[in-house]
Parts: sequence; C-alpha cells; structure tokens
Amino acid sequence: MDYFIQQLINGLTLGGVYALIALGYTMVYGIIQLINFAHGEFFAAGGYMGVIFISWLAAQGVHPYVCLGIGLVLAMLYCAMLAMAVERLAYRPLRQASRLAVLLSALGMSIFLQNGLMLTQGQYDKAYPTEITAGGFQLGGLYISYMQCLIVALTIFLLVVLNLLVFKTRIGKAMRATAQDKVMSALVGINANHIIALTFAIGAGLAAAAGIMVGLYYGTVSYSMGFVPGIKAFAAAVLGGIGNITGAMIGGLIIGMVEIFAAGYISSQYKDVFAFIILIGVLYFKPTGIMGENVDDTRV
Amino acid sequence: MTIQESKRLWVSLGVGLFWFLMLLWPLLGIKPGGLEFSETWAVFSKIAVAAVLIVAVYHLRQAGVLDFIGTPLVKASEAVGRGYQKAPTWLLLAVVLAAALIYPQFAGRYGNDVAISVLIYICLGLGLNVVVGLAGLLDLGYIAFYGVGAYAYALLSLHFGLSFWTCLPIAAMLAAISGCIIGFPTLRMRGDYLAIVTLGFGEIVRLILNNWMTLTNGPNGILGIPRPDFFGYNFASLSSLYYVILGIAVFTVLAVYRLNHSRIGRAWEAIREDETAAELMGVNTFLLKLLAYAMGATFAGLAGAFFASRMRFVGPESFTFLESAMVLAMVVLGGMGSIPGVILGVLVLVALPELFRDFELYRMLVFGGVMCTMMLVRPAGLWPAKRVGRRSEEME
Repeated sequence: MDYFIQQLINGLTLGGVYALIALGYTMVYGIIQLINFAHGEFFAAGGYMGVIFISWLAAQGVHPYVCLGIGLVLAMLYCAMLAMAVERLAYRPLRQASRLAVLLSALGMSIFLQNGLMLTQGQYDKAYPTEITAGGFQLGGLYISYMQCLIVALTIFLLVVLNLLVFKTRIGKAMRATAQDKVMSALVGINANHIIALTFAIGAGLAAAAGIMVGLYYGTVSYSMGFVPGIKAFAAAVLGGIGNITGAMIGGLIIGMVEIFAAGYISSQYKDVFAFIILIGVLYFKPTGIMGENVDDTRV
Repeated sequence: MTIQESKRLWVSLGVGLFWFLMLLWPLLGIKPGGLEFSETWAVFSKIAVAAVLIVAVYHLRQAGVLDFIGTPLVKASEAVGRGYQKAPTWLLLAVVLAAALIYPQFAGRYGNDVAISVLIYICLGLGLNVVVGLAGLLDLGYIAFYGVGAYAYALLSLHFGLSFWTCLPIAAMLAAISGCIIGFPTLRMRGDYLAIVTLGFGEIVRLILNNWMTLTNGPNGILGIPRPDFFGYNFASLSSLYYVILGIAVFTVLAVYRLNHSRIGRAWEAIREDETAAELMGVNTFLLKLLAYAMGATFAGLAGAFFASRMRFVGPESFTFLESAMVLAMVVLGGMGSIPGVILGVLVLVALPELFRDFELYRMLVFGGVMCTMMLVRPAGLWPAKRVGRRSEEME
C-alpha cells in the first residue's frame, strides 16, 4: 500500500510537469492549428537557464530559496522571449504557407535550438546546486522530498494563474476570440500577431517552469532533455482534447500517472512506450480527446 | 508580393534575428564567477563581419563592380544549361554513371568511405521522398525502417547463416511489413498528427532495439556481421563495397523514377495535392498511402541491410530521431518529389560537411538552420520537381 501511495505521489509530480508542457502545445494548436515542434526545446532551455541563473545568484551569496524564486522568474521570462523570437523567425513568415512547410520549419527550429544549447552549454549534463535539491521528510512509510512538494504547489499555482488569465482577463478573452475566428477578432480590433506571439510566450514560460522543476527533481539537465517529454506532453494534450486548456491539465496528470505506474508495476525499461501507445490509441479511437477538441479546424 | 510587404517581412525577420542574438548572451555570458562579455562579443563580431561581407558583395554586384567575375560565370552556367537541355537525357545519365563507376579508381580509402555514406543516404532520401515528396505524408520515424533492415540482416546472417543476397530482399520485405504495421493505424490521421505519431513509433522501435536483450543484445549492439560475398568472391575492400551500394542506389533511383511516372505515382501526387479530391476521382487513398509507406520502408530496409554489412556492427544509437531529421533535411533541401534534387541534397549535406571537418559540431545546427531557411526562401528546394502537365490555374 505504501508503495502504491509513493507511486501516486511520484505520478502527481511528473503529471504536473507534463501538464505544464502540454498547455503550451494545446494553446498554440488552439490558436494557429500547428504543432509547435520547438516546444520541447523551450522546456530544455528553461532547465538550463534555471541552472545558469540560480548558480550565478548563489555565487553572489543570495539565500538558496530566494535564488530559486528569482531564477525561476528570470528563466520563464527568458524562454518567453525566446519563443517570441522563434515565432517571428520560423512561424510568422509562413502563416500563409502550406502546413507541411510550417511543420518542417518548426522541426528545423527545434534541431537548431537543441544544438545551439549543446554548443553554448557543452555536451555534458549540468547539475543544479545540491543545497536546493536535497532534503525531504518521512511520513509513515513514505518519503516525500521538498522538491516534490514545491513542484506540486508551483504547478497548481501556475495552473490557477493561467486559468484566471485566460478566462477572466481581457487578454484572455482576446486569445479565445482569436482562437475561434481570426478574421472576426481582427474586425473588432484584436491584433492577431500580438496575440499569437503572446500565446507562444505564455506556453514557453510554462514549459520553462516545467524544465526547472525537472532539473530540480532529477538534479541535472541535458541539452537533449526536451525531446521525449515534449512528445509525452503532446500525447497529454491530445488525450485531453487539443486546444482545450482543462483537457491538457487532466491529460498531463493521466500520462504522468500511467508512466509512473507502468514503470513501477509493469516494466521500467519500456516506460516511455506507454505514453506513445496512449497517443496512438487516443488518435485512433477518439481523436477529439476526453474533454473534446476546442479548435476552429476547417482543414480536417 | 508587393515591395512594402516584402520590406515588412524583412524588417520582421531582422528584428527576430537581432532578438535571437541578444538572447545568446545569457547562455554564454552568465557564469557563477560573474558576468562575462568576451565570448559573446567574439560570436557577435564574427556574425557582424559575415553580414557586412554579404551586404557588401550584394551591393557591389548591384553596382556592377563584380561583372568581370559574374558575367563569364552567368554565361558559362547558361551554356551548361543549354547543353543540358540539348543533350539527350540518356547521355547525361551515362556520363554520371560512368563517373560513378570509375570513381573508386581515383579516390582513396577516405574518398570511398564518404562515397559509400553518400550512396546510403541517397537510398534513404529517395525512400523518404516517396513518402514525403510524392504522397505528402510527413514521416518522422523513417529511420526505424532502416533499423529494421539492418537488424534483419544482422540477425539472419549470424543465426541462420544466410548470405547477404538472400537477406537483402528479406530485409526489404520485413521493412515493408513493418511499414504496413505502423502505417495501418496511423494513416487515417491528419497531417501533423501523423508526423508526431510516426515520431512516436520511431522511438518505440528504438526502445525495443535498446531493451530486448535476448534478441538485439541491447545497447551493446551486434558485432561481427559478415560482409557480402558472391560465389566465393568476398566484398571485403571498401571499393568493392562501393559497387554493391552503387548497384542498390541505381536500383532505387530506377524504381522511384518508374513509380513516380506510373499510375501509382500520379495517384500519390493527387493525394498530396488534395486528398478529398483524389478520393472523389476514384483513388483508393488508404491503400495507396499504405503502399507509399511500404515502398518508402522497402528502400530504407535495403539501405539498412547494406549498412549492417558495411559497418559489421549494428547498435540502437544509429537509429535515433536525429538521423530521421537528417534524412528529412536532405529531402527538403534538395526538393521534395524530385529525384535529382534529393541526390543533390544528399551531396550537399553529407559530402560538404566532410570538407569542413573542423566544424563537425556545428553540423546539426546548420541542418536545422537550413531546414528553416529553405522553408522561408525556397520551399520547393534547390532542384524543384518538374510538374507533369499544367494545372488549370496556370493556364489562364
């Protein structure tokens, strides 16, 4: 029983991370009907920027937890700006081009960013300072690390903020309007380019937060870490119904849980396979996902 | 595109690029020891010098200063173009084939090695070209079929002692079957879902190769795969292996050419242009898409079997997603759907990096950049495919 609850907690942690990444996919898909292949790279870049900012601040003699807070905010801002630059270079000029062209350009951008990270940061893993990542407490037969608490708390906080932003503010209303109908929203004075750039930025900011959490949880980051979580998060977005923000959160949790339980009870070597199987299964049997799609897709 | 529009596009791109360069600094300059600017300046100054050079050359050319180089070059290329159009195609092909046949006599060990990898990638690129270029299905797990072919030959030859020439068709068939297995559930999906699902399948195949210890020996790979032999003659030297892969590549080119110009090829192109319209015209889209998958996989299987015998070793790390992306970059650079284009793309992306060995690390960076840039400036590729016939909107 203890083992089961331990796995449940681990699954919750991982699921939160996937949910944060999946939101970026789902929001971008909702607004321009495009899979942002470079999204996993924002996640990796977030992890790296976390290491860079936190170790720099720590060297200045700032308290570790303050470092963590400031580093998190700075890394999220950095990735948001990176995403806006990527959108400008690889997506905006191709708005009228064929779908295949945009997809290939996104893929090229993803490879470019991944190798840019490798060239600037080196091929080897980078470690987070251990004074932040270490520590935890015993609860009955369970071991819960402080990082797990932090990840779950931070995930919930970010999801609540995002929900408020999308459903309660004018900006959120503009985003939803653009996702529904670009021409009509342009007629009422919404600048679609700004909204699309903003969507990319928010998605990348969330992915960066997820990157830092993964870095803190496992202790290290590597330049190629964005690839597999990127696909799994995409599976989560599809499972929840692409374009659907609530769906992405639920999908992320399910994928995280499935992965942890499959690793714990079935086979840890093949744990990556289950997310792909879910993805294929959902697309085959229920392509709109469990919560229903929320996109204006006229090109089915 | 009007002048204002293109100006706005360039301004937007320029802003994006500037932004990118600014974002480079935190990656390079923030160190635990303190902030640092020298490395970033070094990169910036290199980029600035390159940009100034390019702009200068452009302006000099506009001003006509470079005419003494440019005019003869243009004349020469026009003459070559005229000659190319006048000369019968069979003559050109014969010249290329003859050059390919005598190549190993002049190239050293290293030259042969590069030529062999160029030819392997030509097979892969042409196979992917069937799927992406002709049928318009983006396949990001293509390298899995290459892996199936390689492992099929490795296992069959080591466990059952089958010869290379019996294994070659078996490997191709196994790859085609796995193409069908992967294609069957995925082909009902929309374009970009298909891309990500094939990516997922590619990863599944790699994970299986990596973890099925009893069959594939896991991450250690399989050693001691025999070289091909032919009635006692062993293809041990590189130059003899070159002829084997040349034969496979020529077969691939011929097969893809014939497929492209057949009823099936036309149906594929119809599916690429408009799937619904193609279905209305009586094209069995599902079956033909499946066939495109299987055909693409077949060529990858052939190349894979050869790859295993050439390296005498197969391991799962040869079949990663980056390899798929690399083959895709070749197809995209050369021109989707165009056979000479794909060959050109392979030559550019495999042979050119060999000349710039010192920049090995930058290779994938350049690949990614090339894919992006090609989509922006020349989406049809360096050597675009010729359309058969004219389309109704062009006739008006």
